[in-house]
Amino acid sequence: MSYLRKILAIVWKDIVAELRTKEMFSAMFVFAVLVIVIFNFAFELRGVDRVREATPGILWVSFTFAGVLGLNRAFVLEKDRGCLEGLLLAPVDHTAVYFGKMISTLLFMLLVEVVILPVFTIFYGINLLNLRLVLIVVLGTLGFAGVGTLLSAMTAQTRAREVLLPILLLPVAAPVLIFAVKATAGVLDGLPLSDIARWLQMLVAFDVIFPAVAFMTFDYVVKE
Amino acid sequence: MKRRNDTWLVALTAVSAVLILVALYLALVGAPKAVMQSEIGPIVQRIIYFHIATAWVGFLAFFVTFLGGVAYLRTQARRWDIVALSSAEIGTVFMLGVLVSGSIWAKPAWGVWWVWDERLTISLIQFLVYVGYLMLRSTVDDPTRRARFAAVYGIVAFISVPINFIAIRLWRSQHPLMFGSEGGGLGPGMMFAFFFCLITFTVWYVTLMGHRICLERLRDDVEELKQRVIG
Repeated sequence: MSYLRKILAIVWKDIVAELRTKEMFSAMFVFAVLVIVIFNFAFELRGVDRVREATPGILWVSFTFAGVLGLNRAFVLEKDRGCLEGLLLAPVDHTAVYFGKMISTLLFMLLVEVVILPVFTIFYGINLLNLRLVLIVVLGTLGFAGVGTLLSAMTAQTRAREVLLPILLLPVAAPVLIFAVKATAGVLDGLPLSDIARWLQMLVAFDVIFPAVAFMTFDYVVKE
Repeated sequence: MKRRNDTWLVALTAVSAVLILVALYLALVGAPKAVMQSEIGPIVQRIIYFHIATAWVGFLAFFVTFLGGVAYLRTQARRWDIVALSSAEIGTVFMLGVLVSGSIWAKPAWGVWWVWDERLTISLIQFLVYVGYLMLRSTVDDPTRRARFAAVYGIVAFISVPINFIAIRLWRSQHPLMFGSEGGGLGPGMMFAFFFCLITFTVWYVTLMGHRICLERLRDDVEELKQRVIG
């Protein structure tokens, strides 16, 4: 079985589990919608300009919070029933577990985000159905899930668990938020691709660096 | 149990005490008055000597935590975990010092306690990362697992520093540049006081590290004795 097949097997396992329970998607999705609703109360968003100004921030805060929720489940779920031990006993490299978990988290987050975009479009009357925006969402989410999966594997094994993950993750993932919000604002302002390219480049750099670091250190996080 | 020779630590403590007294004199009295920022008064700008030196130690400590983490993962030796932990604790305190002393300067200079400028923001994020590091340590009971987790987080967090810095720099900037392309804002007399403070704080950091490492070793010894008595 090749390395890629092993990764895909873990991803498939997560997808099947999710299809049977639908716990993760529903929780993340409802939470993301709630964040959007709460922001509407908090900022009294009326008028095209105000909405356009606030949209990138609201969008990424809702993605981030929903992502933290999903990441927490990713490993706590495995830990609770002793599945993590089983997964690690499987004759695969531990880094395959990391990539498998990372990809499944990424897929769940992207699914939520792809549904949130039209919902947001309906609620705020601002068109977010844009291919460039989808590209930014994919790049931003990849970086977030890349470092989040590593830290989630760690916090799931601590006493504080869910509480600790956002505290460790948010300061480290802050650049993703900055780059993604800036790029999103650029797209909404109708800037040409060359103007938002530097934000995209930084996102790509982040997407490469953190999975690489996780690849090198994941073994130390899960071994007994 | 062996008795540890700590004469060098006492000597180092004495040296840093003297250095700090001299640095205080230089920063408060010795250094010439600033001409460029006279509108905010000649007193206020004197905080920069300690402010920048504190920031330097804060980031240096974080680098040492990173190195300690890498060394720990490679060797699995307890002493590297002690180095990383000690440095992180000292760094947290210094980072807090940077934030406080910066705010004290910012109020008269800018009229506000805080602005969301790149260096301020990165210092705040750095401080929060340190706090997260210490919280992570406190929630893992098994010592080797705690050391491994802390090492991994120390590495991830340190790598995030330059990326955070670039992100925030692209985002915005307001902090005065001490060594800008125009030649910088410090005269020769000030330069001396500045570097003297930098060296003083570095020595002070090393002293604190010595004390903290000693303390952690004593804790290990106590733990070992406990085990021996109970077991």
